[in-house]
Amino acid sequence: MSKPYLSLEQIDMVFSRGGTTTPVLNQVSLTVEKGDFISIIGHSGCGKSTLLNIVAGLTTATRGVVFLDGAVVDAPGPDRAVVFQNHSLLPWLTVYENVKLAVDKVFSATKSRAERHEWTMRNLELVQMVHAKDKHPAEVSGGMKQRVGIARALAMEPKVLLLDEPFGALDALTRAHLQDQVMQIHAELANTVLMITHDVDEAVLLSDRIVMMTNGPSARIGEILHVPLLRPRRRIELASDATYIRCRSAVLKFLYERHRLVEAA
Amino acid sequence: MAVSPIPVNKKPYAVKIMTLAVSPKAVARRSLAQWLSSLAGHVLPPLITLAFLMVFWEIICSSPTASVPPPSRVVSETWELIIHPFYVGQGVDQGLFWHILASLKRVAFGYCLAAIAGIALGTLVGQSDWAMRGLDPIFQVLRTVPPLAWLPLSLAAFKDGNPSAIFVIFITAIWPIIINTAVGIRNIPQDYQNVAKVLRLNQFEYFTKIMIPAAAPYIFTGLRIGIGLSWLAIVAAEMLIGGVGIGFFIWDAWNSSRISDIILALIYVGIVGYLLDRAIAFLAKTVTRNTASA
Repeated sequence: MSKPYLSLEQIDMVFSRGGTTTPVLNQVSLTVEKGDFISIIGHSGCGKSTLLNIVAGLTTATRGVVFLDGAVVDAPGPDRAVVFQNHSLLPWLTVYENVKLAVDKVFSATKSRAERHEWTMRNLELVQMVHAKDKHPAEVSGGMKQRVGIARALAMEPKVLLLDEPFGALDALTRAHLQDQVMQIHAELANTVLMITHDVDEAVLLSDRIVMMTNGPSARIGEILHVPLLRPRRRIELASDATYIRCRSAVLKFLYERHRLVEAA
Repeated sequence: MAVSPIPVNKKPYAVKIMTLAVSPKAVARRSLAQWLSSLAGHVLPPLITLAFLMVFWEIICSSPTASVPPPSRVVSETWELIIHPFYVGQGVDQGLFWHILASLKRVAFGYCLAAIAGIALGTLVGQSDWAMRGLDPIFQVLRTVPPLAWLPLSLAAFKDGNPSAIFVIFITAIWPIIINTAVGIRNIPQDYQNVAKVLRLNQFEYFTKIMIPAAAPYIFTGLRIGIGLSWLAIVAAEMLIGGVGIGFFIWDAWNSSRISDIILALIYVGIVGYLLDRAIAFLAKTVTRNTASA
């Protein structure tokens, strides 16, 4: 039996601050195959960002292990590139330089100077940002910044691409446009993707599987939903597709009937 | 009224066509006029205020018994100094340009040392909690010591006026640079640190590619406060150490009761201080124009 590409095994996470301990994640186990697009959905505060940070290596789990391609994850690294919610571009570098910084660092030994320039441009082309390559992040729109963030992550050729609510801060039209781009890139490159989201439509549209988290504290995986929709997926056709509607209502039922967020009044 | 609505509606179109027909020359003339009026808007108020102050000063100091000369007498008494700034004489008998240059040299030397040491120490304190806990209380006490209080100690240590004055500049300018650099380093957003971690930047790359650019706006705030304090301190220090320099020039003028010379020197000191501040501000703007968070 071959090991899965990415596996999270019995992840527990407990935050302790000044004597009080808060359990955040409880026995989270998940396996992801190469090329899978997985969404993790749940209400705010359910620890889904913590889970992503553990896979990224930015946070260390209290108990449990993450395996990626046969190796234990214990530190952040470019094989698990993160697209942060707030793009996290360095404002003093141009769009090109932001991507180039990653390319130079990751391929310093394996690619020549000309090849690294080439590769930077290839990734900017992939997200259609070549026209603004010499602009600074402050001079481009929010959607464009996020596209550059995606280009920077893709340029590292990660084994798994981690998206932390990548479109959360964008308006609906820009979001739809970027979702289409991400689907196209996924079809082209067949990346393994782990995406945090709180948008049900986004999860159903993009994912092969949707991991639904219960509410915190001590959040666990409540249910995993397969999305058996064929690719390429087109949002307009899917709007009336029976499978799409069934998946969508399954997620909605999970989030709003069985695991409603109990507001602390 | 007999006016039908149609010609009324047509009018704006006619106006639009006329605007498009305006020659580029006329557009240029108009933008020049706009530029001139905006210039006048910025230059006129300070000129009017200055003229008002001069008249006021002239009136209250015009009596023959006044201890401070009016502006007209200041100009007539210092005319030689004003028109011969590059005069070279014996000892401290030099043109004002040379006095200011001597002061500026001391400031440049002490200030550059303070900038280098201040940014280095600030980085250390900003990055390490242990360095912060160990050094910060010392810095907080030392920075309240007035600049001139260091002068006797540095005279005892260096046994010479010039290095003592440079040391006073150094010790005056270094505190705001240290403290602002440390705050800047401490405030580097977690996002940038995460980017550095994912990319596995090493210490040196992190320092040059993330830390310095991210802290640059804070560092320049410190540098700008530092240059102002340096210029304040040099005049006072030079009064005590003597030699060529604008501070001693003022002290010498006081000892010879040349009040007009003092007033002229004060105006020069003020203008030079203003130019130094603007120079650092300009440098800050050029270097950090893109570091504002996007």
